[in-house]
Amino acid sequence: MVNTHYPTSYEEALELLSIYKPTIIAGGTDLMVRKRAWSDLPTSFDRDILLVGQLEELNYIDRQGSNIHIGAGVTLEDIMDHFHTPTLLSEAVKIMASPAIRHSATLAGNVVNASPAGDTLPVLYVLNSVVVLESVEGIRHVPIDTFITGPGKTIINDNEMIKEIILSGHKFNHSVYRKVGGRKADAISKLSVCMIMDIKKGIIQNFRAAFGAVGPTVVRDVTIESKLIGKSLVWLDENIEEIGKWYEQIIKPIDDQRSSASYRKACTINLLTDFIKHIKHHA
Amino acid sequence: MVEVRFELNGETIITKEDPTKRLLDVIRTSFGLTGPKEGCGEGECGGCAVLIDHKIMNACITPLGNVHGKSVVTIEALAKTQRGQTIRKAFETHGAVQCGICTPGMVIATESLLHANPNPTEAEIREGLSGNLCRCTGYNMIVKAILSLVEKEGSLW
Ligand SMILES: Cc1cc2nc3c(=O)[nH]c(=O)nc-3n(C[C@H](O)[C@H](O)[C@H](O)COP(=O)(O)OP(=O)(O)OC[C@H]3O[C@@H](n4cnc5c(N)ncnc54)[C@H](O)[C@@H]3O)c2cc1C
Ligand code: FES
Ligand code: FES
Repeated sequence: MVNTHYPTSYEEALELLSIYKPTIIAGGTDLMVRKRAWSDLPTSFDRDILLVGQLEELNYIDRQGSNIHIGAGVTLEDIMDHFHTPTLLSEAVKIMASPAIRHSATLAGNVVNASPAGDTLPVLYVLNSVVVLESVEGIRHVPIDTFITGPGKTIINDNEMIKEIILSGHKFNHSVYRKVGGRKADAISKLSVCMIMDIKKGIIQNFRAAFGAVGPTVVRDVTIESKLIGKSLVWLDENIEEIGKWYEQIIKPIDDQRSSASYRKACTINLLTDFIKHIKHHA
Repeated sequence: MVEVRFELNGETIITKEDPTKRLLDVIRTSFGLTGPKEGCGEGECGGCAVLIDHKIMNACITPLGNVHGKSVVTIEALAKTQRGQTIRKAFETHGAVQCGICTPGMVIATESLLHANPNPTEAEIREGLSGNLCRCTGYNMIVKAILSLVEKEGSLW
């Protein structure tokens, strides 16, 4: 028999988690679809359910120093409109799904769903996000690229839940988020790209690039990124093609009903080189 | 025993139904409000749209427990308000209703959009309707109807 747990406080939610190891539902926009049943029949969950969407304690966005803390209960629409939200994240959320979905869905849900096409993920990778997990035993801070291990797979334990996600509030000189999909809203991404660069006196201080929907998880390569740091804009200009080739070697998209692998790869590399060319013109 | 308390069309409801039940089933079966329709059942079409604290949401994928402490308004109640009547007239005048199956959801989407942004551009209107599918009108008539509201009836929102 599957039971529903409906805590009135975050503390109670953590206790219920440790006892029953239930499935967590926040906005439900992934789970209610995956576990749907025919009209009027109970949803087809195989474990107990813990509803957390009603917990106001998790509904906050704070700035602490240079970091932004987004509580697990904040909806995408509220994230999109909040003055603390980094521009890149607002941009990504704005073209996700539809207003109705954004009014219910959460960032934490998008992260745990860990879809290769999850639209907030490339942004979270570029912003060096940290997932804050809590259980009755304590708190763990886990970087996003360690948290997600494969399509739909994360390292969360069954007595833990996400309390908040911490991301960098640093303002970059240059940044871009692009999603290529069928229709603008409501389309599952064929690919999505997030890139940033900081330049000081013609020298690259900071470069990060993350690619979604071109592999089992988001692709970000700090080794390639570090090769650009300390280089000049002249060097960048001369090496655009070379950089493209480095990324070609690590991007391994698949063919599926949404797009072909070669289209995805070509498109990704073009978005990357366009970004670099754009910087050259505007630096 | 779990209890969910919310407002449905202005009336306080206290229910002991399972909080993981779909809000759409509760509204249609327990309360006999059949304005919200089940189209896709997957959050894609907007046929089941309702207003939750003035914002459009899809009742087919909203667990009942998520509306605790909130106000749920269906097309039945919206239609009786001045705004509802005004949206209805604009839809009629602009041929924005053909078979009508999408209409309750479209009216809810219009109210949600204008409540948040009384002065939307055409692009913002299209974005506001992006979760509502219509197989008949090709959307242009619906967009025109809403543009006419923005021009003539802006003060209502
Ligand atoms: C029509 C439609 C369109 C969509 N379009 C897009 C799109 O364009 N881009 C995109 O990326 N996604 C899209 N999605 C997918 C979905 O809306 C997002 O992944 C959303 O962010 C999920 O959030 P949620 O709160 O609804 O998750 P839920 O369904 O409640 O949960 C999702 C997963 O997260 C877990 N979870 C939730 N909160 C916590 C927590 N605090 N701690 C631990 N685990 C937790 C749940 O157990 C579950 O495994 C779409 C979905 C639909 C139905
Ligand atoms: S029936 Fe709910 S969105 Fe289609
Ligand atoms: S009028 Fe028929 S689906 Fe919109």
